Amino acid sequence: METPDLLEIVDVSRHFDAFLALDKVSLHIKAGEFFTLLGPSGCGKTTLLRLLAGFDQPDGGDILLDGKSIVSAPPEHRPLHTIFQNYALFPHMTVAENIAFPLRMAGHAKKDIQTRVGEALENVRLPDKAGKYPDSLSGGQKQRIAIARALVNRPRLLLLDEPLSALDAKLSEQMQIELINLQKDIGITFVYVTHDQSEALALSHRIAVMNGGKIAQVDIPSRLYGFPNSRFVADFIGKCNLLEGYVRDQQGECVTVELDGLGPVHVCRSEVTLAAGSRCALTLRPEKIRLGRSSAIPGASDTRTSMSVAATDSPLDDESHFTGHVHDILYLGDVTVYIVTLANGVQLETLLANSASGRTSFFDVGDRVEVAWSCDAGHLVQD
Amino acid sequence: MQRKVCYKYLLSLPPMAYLLIFFAAPTLIMLFATFRYAGEYGGLAPWYLQENGRLTLDLTLENWQRLVATDIYLRLFVKSIGYAVATTLLCMIMGYPLALVIARSGRKYRDLLLLLVILPFWSNFLVRIYAWMIIFSPVGALTRMLNGLLDLVGVGPVTLMYSPTAMIICLVYVHLPFMVLPLYANLEKHDLDLLDAAQDLGAGKWRRFWLITWPLSLPGITAGSILVFIPVLGMFAIPDLLGGTNGIMIGNVIKQQFMESRDWPFGSVLSIMLTVTAVAVVLLGARLGQGRGGRG
Repeated sequence: METPDLLEIVDVSRHFDAFLALDKVSLHIKAGEFFTLLGPSGCGKTTLLRLLAGFDQPDGGDILLDGKSIVSAPPEHRPLHTIFQNYALFPHMTVAENIAFPLRMAGHAKKDIQTRVGEALENVRLPDKAGKYPDSLSGGQKQRIAIARALVNRPRLLLLDEPLSALDAKLSEQMQIELINLQKDIGITFVYVTHDQSEALALSHRIAVMNGGKIAQVDIPSRLYGFPNSRFVADFIGKCNLLEGYVRDQQGECVTVELDGLGPVHVCRSEVTLAAGSRCALTLRPEKIRLGRSSAIPGASDTRTSMSVAATDSPLDDESHFTGHVHDILYLGDVTVYIVTLANGVQLETLLANSASGRTSFFDVGDRVEVAWSCDAGHLVQD
Repeated sequence: MQRKVCYKYLLSLPPMAYLLIFFAAPTLIMLFATFRYAGEYGGLAPWYLQENGRLTLDLTLENWQRLVATDIYLRLFVKSIGYAVATTLLCMIMGYPLALVIARSGRKYRDLLLLLVILPFWSNFLVRIYAWMIIFSPVGALTRMLNGLLDLVGVGPVTLMYSPTAMIICLVYVHLPFMVLPLYANLEKHDLDLLDAAQDLGAGKWRRFWLITWPLSLPGITAGSILVFIPVLGMFAIPDLLGGTNGIMIGNVIKQQFMESRDWPFGSVLSIMLTVTAVAVVLLGARLGQGRGGRG
């Protein structure tokens, strides 16, 4: 039996004057899930979070927690807490008083509060900070106290509003690992808002990609990365080459696509049936593209190097090969990115890991190179 | 580094000199005056005598003895402190909601509302008090309306003029902006996320105010209270014009000593005591405000 939905968001809309911030958004979040709302700024993810917390009211639709509508409940009566972007620790209260706040509001006994604050401080490994004031803490410590405060009375749901955006990259990565472990240990459902796709991929069980007030796609991170359902998602999650073209023919999972300026290629991973003649784009991740010296491949011709010259009705290779020249090089340390210009000006972003030490790149700008990818490397999108 | 430090002291030199010349020195001169005799025609008598070519000091403790000889001055001080405390409390009760509303209103209206708060400053202080005299006068509209209403319920007529009520109304009226402005400056800086966080963690409207907004605004309350309390404590113009014979405060007596009685030494004694009282109250207030709420 499937785990029941903890949180159901049903056709929720929100307007701000003429601006439609949320357009009939529906989501189902399961108990114990680490769920992320991901999208560029202005996509509606923060609006949705504020609706969940109760700071704002939807114009239409319903929000159900454990099957009961919470739309009419004020924030103080909702069994969920929020981690604010700037942590929102009370500056005039000590760390212990901050953590005790939700327990005090719920009317717990003094003794009970004391033990639970102690436990909470142990959980975030800051037991010696109880008597300190927030402004004497570092960013990472404030973050952990904010989490301890929000979790101390065990809410049904924890909402996190870009909680790592104020931390530097190293600390942010460390906090990501802590968040994953914390969520696993306590089992409380997290709804996490971020615009950082790598953070979302690293943390989440499932991700909802939002764009223009709508849900673009909801899926587990690996499927979101591997099978984006639109040009927007493909482009927003990770780096992606989008090669435009049209559908020539489909046989089962195998589609023949005529790429603009490049000619026909095989794509063997289509889950949907595409109408012949319709426009589509091949999404190709840089790391899925193989890159080699053009001379290494015998019989390389300018546009299309292929062992079987393409004919409309004859099956294509499992591999697509093209030649081009290196247009730009971007050295990133662990990898080097090569921008390759193919025939007709089509540009592809590819990368190679810098396994050989002391070298910044395997190719120079202007070198003739060959790119290749297998027929299951890419994925077709139409939206 | 060395240069920076140098500049810092150089820049603070003019204000330091100003305060030394115009505040510290006069206070010391006044303190010295409390030990001297009054001059025959006002002013101060010389502080030394020349007898047989020898100089002798001519100083006295008489003025201080006069202060403690009767309890009339103590009662005047207590009464003045009472007026100052009442005015400060009323300014706080009326000024806090006003400052909060201004601080929480849209940016568009905020400047306009602040302008309205300081608008009375544009006309002269004394002119405004004379205006109150007209309002409070027995034939004034306010008194007649009030007495008309009281007559309906069978209560005898009252006079507002020369009453403590008139004094308090006018004192609050004059000093309200001094409470509102520092409070506004404090409240306007509050991080509203803190209120959202408190609500999110289960605090209702009243607890959000008393546990978050109020303690965070204590520095503003302290500043506003000091700005109201001190001038009211030494006030003489309002009691002079509106207080009548029973309404005098310590400020009136000090003025009397320097003007009508021409007794500068005793006026100085009362002035020094006024300063000491003000400093003591401010220190006490700062101490109270310095608690947990003093942060942020």
